[in-house]
Amino acid sequence: MVLHAPETGHSTLLPSAEPVQLIDEHGAVTPHADYDLPSEAELLAAYRALVLGRRFDRQATTMVKQGRLAVYPSSNGQEASQVGAVLATRNDDWLFPTYRDCVALVTRGVDPVGVLTLLRGDWHSGYDPYEQHVAPQCTPLATQSLHGVGLAHAARLKGEDTVALVFIGDGATSEGDFHEALNFAAVFKAPVVFFVQNNGFAISVPLDKQSVAPSLAHKAIGYGIPGKRVDGNDVAAVISVVSAAVERARAGEGPTLIEAHTYRIDAHTNADDATRYRDAHDVEAWRGKDPVSRIDAYLRGTGALTEELAAGYAAEAEAVAEDLRRRLGADPVTDPRELFHHVYADRERLADQARLLDEELALEEGAGQ
Amino acid sequence: MTTLESRVDIPEIPQQATTYTMAQALTAALRDAMAADERVLMFGEDVGALGGVFRVTDGLTRTFGENRCFDTPLAEAGIVGMAVGMAMNGFRPVVEMQFDAFAYPALEQIISHVAKMRNRTRGRVGLPMVIRVPYAGGIGGVEHHCDSSEAYFAHTAGLTVVSPATPADAYSLLRESIEYPDPVIFLEPKRLYWNKAELQLPLRTEPLGRAVIRRPGTDVTLIAYGPTVPHALDAAAAAEQEGRSVEVIDLRSLVPFDDATVTASVRRTGRAVVVAEAAGFASVASEVVARVTEQCFHSLEAPVRRVTGFDIPYPPPKSEHHHLPSVDRILDVVEELQW
Ligand SMILES: Cc1ncc(C[n+]2csc(CCOP(=O)(O)OP(=O)(O)O)c2C)c(N)n1
Repeated sequence: MVLHAPETGHSTLLPSAEPVQLIDEHGAVTPHADYDLPSEAELLAAYRALVLGRRFDRQATTMVKQGRLAVYPSSNGQEASQVGAVLATRNDDWLFPTYRDCVALVTRGVDPVGVLTLLRGDWHSGYDPYEQHVAPQCTPLATQSLHGVGLAHAARLKGEDTVALVFIGDGATSEGDFHEALNFAAVFKAPVVFFVQNNGFAISVPLDKQSVAPSLAHKAIGYGIPGKRVDGNDVAAVISVVSAAVERARAGEGPTLIEAHTYRIDAHTNADDATRYRDAHDVEAWRGKDPVSRIDAYLRGTGALTEELAAGYAAEAEAVAEDLRRRLGADPVTDPRELFHHVYADRERLADQARLLDEELALEEGAGQ
Repeated sequence: MTTLESRVDIPEIPQQATTYTMAQALTAALRDAMAADERVLMFGEDVGALGGVFRVTDGLTRTFGENRCFDTPLAEAGIVGMAVGMAMNGFRPVVEMQFDAFAYPALEQIISHVAKMRNRTRGRVGLPMVIRVPYAGGIGGVEHHCDSSEAYFAHTAGLTVVSPATPADAYSLLRESIEYPDPVIFLEPKRLYWNKAELQLPLRTEPLGRAVIRRPGTDVTLIAYGPTVPHALDAAAAAEQEGRSVEVIDLRSLVPFDDATVTASVRRTGRAVVVAEAAGFASVASEVVARVTEQCFHSLEAPVRRVTGFDIPYPPPKSEHHHLPSVDRILDVVEELQW
C-alpha cells in the first residue's frame, strides 16, 4: 500500500514503499538512490560478526537442548538485523536490547557467558551494563524503550553525543510504552533510534493481528519523526540505514523509527512448537533469504573474502563455541546468600531474613558433612 | 551542564523561622535539593509553568530553567520509564504523579524496573530517584483522586515508601529521599498539604526509616502514618479527657518499617490500634498488626486492632466522611480493648 504524502511538508517522514536493500539474496548489489554500500572493510567486519553470531546462536540452541540453559530465544535468521544495527553504533552508544538480541550483545563485545547468565539461571542479568553500554536484556515488552529515551535525553543534558539504540519486536510495538517512548523521544528530540525487528510473529501471533498499519515504520509519522524500512536480512542495508539514523540522532536532529523486515527461523523459544501456527513452506522460503549466505556470496564475488579469511573466521567461531561449552558446561556456582545483597543499597534492611537463610544453610552444610 | 561526577554542595543559609504549609515545605525541599546537587531534576505533568496542580513545584522552572524542571507529555509510564533511563545516566530524577490513581499506568515501570534494577543487575545499576505521589482523600475529590495506594508499593521489594505527616518531615524526608541511593515512593497526604508549621530551613528531622512518638502515653499505642496522624492525635487528646493515656506513633516510613520503635511502645502499653485510611484488607495496616502480634504477643492485653477505610472503592465526596477513620471510630475501638 502506498500512502499519499500529506501536504504539510511531512512527506519525508513516511517510509519508502519497499524496504531498503543493497545486496539481494543471491549476493548481487542492488544500488539505492539514498544509501551507499558500506565499505569493503565494514562488510568484512560484518561478515565476521555474522559468522561468530550464528555460531554462538547454534551453540546456545544446542546447550538448551542439553539442559544447560533454562530457555533460549534464538536469533536464527535475524543475525543481519542485530549485527548490522550494532555495527552502525559507536561503542559508547547505548543498546537497549530484548531477550531476543543475544547476537547483538555478542557483537557489541559482551562476554557470551554474561549474555547467557539470565537464561542459565544463575542471576537475572550477567554483565555490567556500564562496561559495554548495554542495558539489561528486557523481557517486559517495550518497557526498555522508555529507558533508552531517558538515557539519551540525559546524555544530551550532559553535553554528550551518545545515542541510544532501542531494540524491539514487531509484537511489542502494540504495547503502550513503545508509543509513549516514540512520543517522548520526538518531543524531547532525544537521540534515540528505535529498531524494530519484524520477524513476522509474536510467539504464535502473526503481524496482521497486531497492526493494520501499512507498515510498522508508518507509525513514526504520527509522532512527527521519520520512519524507515530496511531488508533486515541484508546486513549492508541495515548498516547503512541505521548509521544514517544514528548520525542524525547524534547531530541533534532527533529520533528515527526503523523497521527491519526479517524472519524468525526457529520457534519463539525451545519451549515453543511453531508447527501449530505456521507453514513449513514459509520457513523454507525465508531460508532462501539467508542473511549470512548473501554477504558470503557478495564478498567472495568481489574477492574480498578469501578462503583463508573465511577459514580464519570459522576457526574463531569454533573457539567461541568451544569456550561456551567449557564455561557453560560447568555447573554455575551460586551463593543463595546473595539473594539479599542487591535488593537495597543498605543490606542491613534485610538482615533478619538473611540470617534465617544463613541458619538454614548452616544446618544443610552440617548435614552434608 | 557537562559533568555530574560529584555533588556540588552549596552551603545552605539558615533562614528565619517562617510559616510553611506542607506543600510549601515540599517546594522548599525541592528547591534546596536542586540548588545543592545539579543532578537533581524534576519533571511530570504541569510541573513547569503551572507549578503542579498542588503548586509543589512552584517557581522551580523559573529558578532552575527548563532543563531542570520540565513538563512531559501526558503519560505516566513514560515519565517513570524516562526517569529510569536518566537515573542510569547519572541524574537523580524526582517525578510527580499528578494524583494517586494516575500513577497506575506507571505500575509496570515501577514494579518491573524501578524496584528491581539494582537486583537484576547484581548491584551494578542503582536507581536513585523519587516518585512523588499526592495520595489519599479527605479533600472532597471525585473518583480516582483519593486512592490510598501505599500497599501496592509497600508490597514490592526494592522500593522504599515514605509518607510525611508534618511540614518539617515533608521537608526533611524529601531531602533525604532525593539523597537516597535507591528509589523512593514519596506519598504526600493531600489533605495535609495546607497544614502549617513554623520552620527554620534547612532542617533535618529523624532519619528516613525511623518512626517517631508524636505523643507519649502509657495505656495504648495508636499507630498511624500520613493522613491519619492528626486523627490519631485528636483521638489521643479526647481519650485523655476520659482518663486514658494514649501514645501516638507516626510511622513516617512504611518501608523500611521501624519495628524497634513500634514494638518498644506496644510492649510498654500492652495495647495497639493501627489507624489508616486505606481499605483494611491485605493492607499496610494488616502488616503492622501482624508484626506487632508476632513480636509483642506476650505483652498484649488485647487483640491488636485496626481502624481503616472500608473494603470499598473510595466513596464519592458527599459520603467520604463515612469511610474515613474518624476520631469517634478510633475512640470506639480503643474502648473495646478489654480494659
Ligand atoms: C508485557 C509483556 N507481555 C507479554 C509477555 C510474554 N511474551 C514474551 S515474548 C512475547 C512475544 C513478543 O513478540 P515480539 O515483540 O514480536 O518479539 P519476538 O519474540 O518475536 O522477538 C510475549 C507475548 C512479555 N514478555 N511482556
